[in-house]
Amino acid sequence: MELIKIVILALIVNNVVLAQFLGICPFLGVSNKVGTSVGMGAAVIFVMALANLVTYLIQNFILVPLHIEFMQTITFIFIIAFLVQVVEIILKKSAPSLYQALGIYLPLITTNCAVLGIAILAVQKNYNLISSVVYASSIAVGFTLALILMAGIREQLELNGYPKGMKGFPLSLITAGLLSLAFMGFAGLVK
Amino acid sequence: MSVFKNFTNGLLKENPTFVLVLGTCPTLAVTTAAINGIGMGAATTFVLVCSNVMIAALKNLIPDKVRIAAFIVVIATFVTIVDLVMKAYTPDLYKTLGIFIPLIVVNCIILGRAEAFAQKNNVFPALLDGLGMGIGFTLAITLMGSIREILGNGSVFDIRLVSQEARTILIFILPPGAFITFGYLIAIMNSIKRKYSI
Repeated sequence: MELIKIVILALIVNNVVLAQFLGICPFLGVSNKVGTSVGMGAAVIFVMALANLVTYLIQNFILVPLHIEFMQTITFIFIIAFLVQVVEIILKKSAPSLYQALGIYLPLITTNCAVLGIAILAVQKNYNLISSVVYASSIAVGFTLALILMAGIREQLELNGYPKGMKGFPLSLITAGLLSLAFMGFAGLVK
Repeated sequence: MSVFKNFTNGLLKENPTFVLVLGTCPTLAVTTAAINGIGMGAATTFVLVCSNVMIAALKNLIPDKVRIAAFIVVIATFVTIVDLVMKAYTPDLYKTLGIFIPLIVVNCIILGRAEAFAQKNNVFPALLDGLGMGIGFTLAITLMGSIREILGNGSVFDIRLVSQEARTILIFILPPGAFITFGYLIAIMNSIKRKYSI
């Protein structure tokens, strides 16, 4: 029951992009086409679940026993950068077709602040190992959902007219604002 | 004169928030009140200036191949300092800004300036560049925080502008208001730039 609550909260109520403002850069950057946003989403789900698994273990078996919790930021960012590299190398050798599909999105994930943010949030919320991984996966699925919705809307918007000053970022931001407004309707779904 | 230019560059012409559109996450997340904008801006400026100076000073020692990793260590060190200092001296602000203090590490303005400016220049220009960019960022997010606080809460820097009972446009201090305010501000900047062809 506790896990279902975490999933619903992370997926729609507190959507990572539209309510918590994490991962805005890739959200605005790669939401041009539905196809590319699916690829980016898949890469993020993979890395985020893995990153939370590893950061949980590091936090509880290295940082806390040694009383060096203040090293959290440095350690976590290194783990994430390292994981992204490792995943890239493994995929290249073992699953070339998947690597072809995800390839260009993988390096971008290091700078996705959602990955670091969610790893730190999971520690702050005192989740256990399973909750932490479930939380990260649902957050990442929520990110993908927002990305695909946004890409669908932007593909349609390209065909319509809009004021010249609105071209590019302003139009995307206002669209995101309206999407966020729609997601606010889910507030209070889970107590 | 050219040294002075390094400083003014970040204020308007290459404003990190409105022109380069970098560091969008903190811009949207913490600007529910004007004071948060100043706090976040000061923290980011400190990290930006220190990391710019440090990287400019070490630029001949850092091997080119591992430079990004080295930059991240330098930045993460200063972020940890800010994190501990704010936790100790401004606990209220620290609680409001929350997760976005450690996330200064992945703020693309800082890594962007390290890569684009600090590693090619000397210590003094790098210092001015960091200061200019940092102040530009602070002004931008304080402006956004003020607009959202006035519209959504009827106050600015905790000074009430309308009576307590008056209805305010609450949506502006909720998440959708952040996106919409930021969108319109960039649109206004774009239109001004087009009109006067700056």
